[in-house]
Parts: sequence; C-alpha cells; structure tokens
Amino acid sequence: MTPVEPITGPRVRHPLEERPACPASQPIVEVDRLSLYYGGKPAFQDVTLSINKGCITALVGPSGCGKTSFLTCLNRLTDLIAGCRVSGRITIDALDVLAPGINVIQLRRRIGMIFQKPNPFPLTIRRNLEFPLREHGLRGREQIARIIETTLRDVGLWDEVKDRLDSPALALSGGQQQRLCIARALALLPEVLLMDEPCSALDPLSSGVVEDLIVGLRERYTVLIVTHNLAQARRIADYAALFWVQNGAGRLIETGAAKQIFEEPRDPLTAAYVSGMRG
Amino acid sequence: MAETLSRSQNPREWLAFALVWGSAALVTATFCWLLGDIVWHGLSHVSWTFLTAPPENAGRRGGIGPILVSTSLILGVCLAVSLPIGIGTAVLLAEFTSDQSLFGRMTRRSLDVLAGVPSIVFGLFGNAFFCKTLGLGFSILSGGLTLACMVLPILIRSTEEGFRAVPASYRLSAAALGLSRTTTLVHLLLPAAVPGLLVGLVLGVGRAIAETAALIFTSGYVDRMPESLLDSGRALSIHIFDLSMNVSGGDANAYASTLVLVIMLLAINGTASWLATYGLHRKVVTV
Ligand SMILES: Nc1ncnc2c1ncn2[C@@H]1O[C@H](COP(=O)(O)OP(=O)(O)O)[C@@H](O)[C@H]1O
Ligand SMILES: [Mg+2]
Repeated sequence: MTPVEPITGPRVRHPLEERPACPASQPIVEVDRLSLYYGGKPAFQDVTLSINKGCITALVGPSGCGKTSFLTCLNRLTDLIAGCRVSGRITIDALDVLAPGINVIQLRRRIGMIFQKPNPFPLTIRRNLEFPLREHGLRGREQIARIIETTLRDVGLWDEVKDRLDSPALALSGGQQQRLCIARALALLPEVLLMDEPCSALDPLSSGVVEDLIVGLRERYTVLIVTHNLAQARRIADYAALFWVQNGAGRLIETGAAKQIFEEPRDPLTAAYVSGMRG
Repeated sequence: MAETLSRSQNPREWLAFALVWGSAALVTATFCWLLGDIVWHGLSHVSWTFLTAPPENAGRRGGIGPILVSTSLILGVCLAVSLPIGIGTAVLLAEFTSDQSLFGRMTRRSLDVLAGVPSIVFGLFGNAFFCKTLGLGFSILSGGLTLACMVLPILIRSTEEGFRAVPASYRLSAAALGLSRTTTLVHLLLPAAVPGLLVGLVLGVGRAIAETAALIFTSGYVDRMPESLLDSGRALSIHIFDLSMNVSGGDANAYASTLVLVIMLLAINGTASWLATYGLHRKVVTV
C-alpha cells in the first residue's frame, strides 16, 4: 500500500473502470428492519441493507433523513443519547450488535468512525494515536511507535508531521486533522470504517486528499461513507444507498451497485435525486 | 473621530456613556482607595517577625505566626474535604445525571439555595453538628469542615459548568474509539473541566479565607499555636475582627493583618489565573 502523497499537481482521478475491484459481494454487515426513535419520534424506519466486505458503500440523501443516526447504530454510539431507542437487527461478522450483553468497547474497536468535523483530542499528535492504543491494551513502546508511523504513512501525514509529533494536534490544518482522525481510527485495526461526511468541513484541496485516501482504503477496510457530494459518491463508491424522508421518517429508497444507482436508477425519487432535480 | 462626534451630538448616548464609565471608575476608585488605605497603614508593620511571632497583649503587639498556621490548617482541611467531594458531585451531575431527571434538578436547586445562605447559618450549623453532635468541640477540624460545607455549593456548580463546557464531540469521538467512560473522564474531560474547577476554587477559597461568622462558632478564637487539628485556632479574619472591634489600640496590627490577608487573596487569584492560562494548557496538551 503506497502512502497517499500530499498533492502538488492535478489530482489523479479514479474512473469507474480503473478502480481496484472490491471482492465479489460478500456481506460483512447485515442490517435487518432497523428503526431508530429519538424520544418516540422516528429518525428512520425499517431499513434493510447489507454492506459488502472490502467495498465502499455511499449513503446519500437530503439532510435530516437519518444518515448520521443510521451510522451511530452500527457502533452503538446511540447508547450515549438519552431517550434514543433502536429496534431491528444488525449483525457484523455474525456478532449481534444490538444484543444487550455484547462488549461495546470491543465492538467500537472493530467499527471505526470518522465525524463530519475533525475532532482530534486536545493532545499532541503522538498522544492522539498512542492514547487509544494504550487503552486497548497495547504497551510496547516500539510497537506503538511503529503503528504510529505506519498509520500516519497510510494517511499521507507522516512526511508532514514527523518532525513535530509532540506539538498539539489542534495546530494542524483542518484537512490534516481529519487525516489524523482517520489514522487514529485505523491504528486500532478496525474492520469497518463509518465516515460521516468526512470531507464536508474541508476546503476543496484537502477534501481531494482525504477522498483519495478513502479510495486507498478499499479492499483492506469496509467503508460506509455518508456524503452530500454526489460527484464524490460517483467517483469513489462501489455501492450506494439512497435515504429519503417519507411520512416524517427517513426511509431507505433504493440500494444497489453505485453504477446502477447513478446510471439506471429504478426508483423515480432516486432518478430525480441523482440528476440533481431534487434533494 | 466620527464616533466621538456623534456621541457628543446625541445627549442620550453621551449620558449612557458617562454612566457606564462613571460606575466603572467608581468601583475601581473605591477598590484602590481601600487598598491604598490598607497598604499605607499596614505596610510599615509587616515584617518577618510580624509574620512569625506570636501575638502579645491581646494582639496589640507581637505578630500573627500562630494565626497564619491556624488559618492555613483550616483552609487545608476545607480543601482536602471539599475538593474530592466537589469534583465527585460535579462529575455525577454533569456526566451521569440527565438534565431533566428529578434527582439532578433537586440537587442543583438545593446547591443554588445553599450557595446563597448567609455564612452565620453555616456557623450555627457547624457548631451544632461538628462541635456538639460529632463532639469535635471548638477546633480547626470543626472550622475546616464548616467552611467545606460553605464552599461546596460554589465549587460543585462551577466545576459542573466546566464539565458542561467540554464539547460533546470529545465524548462521542472518545466513545467511538472504544475508550471507556472512566478513561474518557480522567484523561479528557477532567483536564478540560479544570478552568471551571479553578473558578469555583478561587471563589470558594476567597470566601473561606475571608470568613469570620462561620468560624467564630466553630474554630474559636484561641490565638495560641495549635498542636493538633482538634485544637482551637484563630483564623486571620477573626483576628482582624477582634483587633478592630474588641481591642483598643490594636489598629496598627489590624491593618498589618488585613494587608497580609489581602496579599494572600491576591496570590490565590493570581496563581489560579496563571494555572488556567499556562500550567493547565501544558497539562491538557501533554496529559
Ligand atoms: N440527538 C438527537 N436527538 C433528537 N433528535 C435527533 C438527534 N439527532 C438527530 N435527530 C433528528 O433525527 C433526524 C435525522 O437526523 P440525522 O441522522 O442527523 O440526519 P442526517 O445525518 O441525514 O442529516 C432529524 O430529524 C434530526 O432532527
Ligand atoms: Mg448528518
């Protein structure tokens, strides 16, 4: 895996044909009739979806249709929200995610999450990566140093920060902070990465760098990415799912191969959305 | 320039301007006058001997050595008790109690009421509970514990605000990385909540160190050097009160003692704001 270089010249695009193929459909996450309620009010209802291993799946749809809420069910971040109730079934590699007794800490190590706004801790760059590793039981200094270097190289940040690992992470630029957050998640060797509009708070240049980085994660990780940027979804996604608000709650309208969703949508709503007429 | 012109053209605006600046100047002037008076009368009496020698002739002569020791001990007891309880309660209120829950609402309301209760009431409570019921008598321990009761509401509420000021994104991103609640609390939330804690501490300690009414009934006014926490000990504020009210000819030493008290207050304030800007920043960055 070559690290993503900080871009200087024009960005290399990945046209559909040139993508490294993700393995033929082998589901890793299975979501069955999932609904989520905030204090009795539904955010989305009845979502059934399977997510293929090693592929990039894009969740698209207008604001407020429950995309972020959907992601937070998969790593049980919903546990932190008072009055939030989830029903249905989620399995990740045969693990029943919503079962009351599961080890949530272990689950969250396996399911990384990147937020819309870069959110490094107010610590040094090194401590941002080291702290979660230690918390998950890694002690060896050399091993930790090696993982820090590998993940920073993976996100193309190593050359930019290797001389200032002990300076505050919050002094980095927005794009660098977001890549640091991705590195922080990758350091825990997750199987699935949830990304909630990871580029929308970044300038176009940084957004491009992060996008290339996400493309580079295909095959090694399963990526579920929420994006408002249809062009971006077209460029990077193998699969796509469209959410839409109907009768006051988010619904899954259509899901399938990205090519099919964007070029031969079956549902008229999808057709209107991908052609830019609605949403 | 344009602004000055328009201000002078509009009499109402000019009046508002004068009122705001006038009251600010008045407050500052009063403080400076007070401070100047204390320094003017007190400075010449403050010396190393004054700070260390025991008082003589009911405090007219001699120093304040034992009184400084008693004051520090009372303050020490107060902090040793109120800091852990204060932080613990603030964590409970901010991190483990929902805003709407009955328990949270009741606790917050009671704390706010307690924060406004006159100190004499705390003094009487301390006398009844610590001195009599618990049998600690007039002692530094009773005084420190009474002060702790008095300081706790302020400390808890402002530490709680400190926790609430920590962005929710810290908690979410920490949870998403599989960090336990305890780790998140100790390594991320607590350092970030320290500014609130410091504000509470400054207000609380400021109130405690200047306290007279609550201490007269609990730690008493024996001006000998205390030998244990169960001895009675005279706090600096009580010494000042006694010298200026009950001892004729004690004015000079009262001024000097007041100057020491003011310097202590300023030092505590200064340390806290230094910690908030420098010491703390380092801590947060390097944990
Ligand atoms: N913590 C919350 N409490 C109550 N309602 C929420 C909360 N988070 C989101 N919602 C509501 O749930 C719906 C879906 O929100 P969200 O999942 O953020 O949508 P999206 O990410 O697609 O914009 C919205 O109507 C939003 O107002
Ligand atoms: Mg969202």
